[in-house]
Amino acid sequence: MHLGEYLSSNLHANSPLNLARFALHAMRIKTNLFVIFALLLSAACANAQKAEAVTLQQFQKRLSEKDGKVLIVNFWATWCAPCIHELPLFEKLNKENGDVEVLLVSMDYDLDPDPTKVERFIDRKKLESKVLFLTADNPNAWIDKIEKRWSGALPATLVINPKTDKRQFVQGEVGEGQLEKLIEAVK
Amino acid sequence: MKRVVILLVLVAFTWAGAPVKNGYDIGETAADFKLKNVDGKMVSLADFKDAQGYIVIFDCNTCPYSKAYNDRIVALNDKYAAKGFPVIAINPNDPSKSGGDSFDEMAKLAKRKNYTFPYLVDETQSVATAFGATNTPHVFVLDKALKVQYIGAIDDNARNENAVSKRYVEDAVNALLSGRAVPITKVKAIGCGIKWKNA
Repeated sequence: MHLGEYLSSNLHANSPLNLARFALHAMRIKTNLFVIFALLLSAACANAQKAEAVTLQQFQKRLSEKDGKVLIVNFWATWCAPCIHELPLFEKLNKENGDVEVLLVSMDYDLDPDPTKVERFIDRKKLESKVLFLTADNPNAWIDKIEKRWSGALPATLVINPKTDKRQFVQGEVGEGQLEKLIEAVK
Repeated sequence: MKRVVILLVLVAFTWAGAPVKNGYDIGETAADFKLKNVDGKMVSLADFKDAQGYIVIFDCNTCPYSKAYNDRIVALNDKYAAKGFPVIAINPNDPSKSGGDSFDEMAKLAKRKNYTFPYLVDETQSVATAFGATNTPHVFVLDKALKVQYIGAIDDNARNENAVSKRYVEDAVNALLSGRAVPITKVKAIGCGIKWKNA
């Protein structure tokens, strides 16, 4: 059979059936590609952490655990430019100092209770420090419980030594070397 | 000699223990100011001859909390200016740190949002410093004698105006208008820190 005959017979005689077969085949390829893509994506994200949602009580408990390391608690939000600007200092500290625990506490919930934006931010910036997503309404009821000197403005950073109960607090962006000084001050 | 030492130690102690002056507290009298409005004219509290008090709000263009409260601030002025409590909005942000807070952008926002109240620029940040403002928006309700009667948030729900259960500023102004004590005088809220100039 010549090619021309084959084509014409297939196109004319069996074309509806062949078209259906072709469509099915194409769909399979598409599905396979989608599965592969999804697998690749999940592999790429396997190392990315999820923000851990915490209630106020869970968060307070975390701050008061007596046997823990020195805590560096940074209050931030995805919409806060100075917060994003100072984040590398916390990431660096988290990477280089195993004697302290860095907690990046997202305050995004107050304007947007959906953590999606925070999750995306963590992925995009590849954050390695522990990220908490504080789910607490009515900040006036709890800001003082966390730190009396805090007006609620972001960013803010609290350094706590659970063994000595010493605290340092900074409202506003921290500078290079400042975190190390705060840690020294609570020893 | 011993006495001198004791005295010196005492002096040192009081010195270290003296609280850092951090703006006005409730009951303190605010100093009037003169700042440039978005229309180019200078504005002071004393210009409001019929005022029974003032709703001074440190605010800005760029903060998402300020954006969430824009319309609520316009509504506050609509409701209370005629009763003698005008809104005076002041932007203290350093525009070199927050470009969207330049004088031109302030004028544009005031026009777009139909501000019926002054939107002043605190270029040296001295007014925000004197008041002890830290956030945007940050409200100071003053009475006629410029005594600070309320400091804090506008209400208890930034996210959703329809879910507000406490209108702190309205409650404060209503109390002052009817000669009662302000029920809640201080309310903290999450917000954007003021973009201070580098020291």
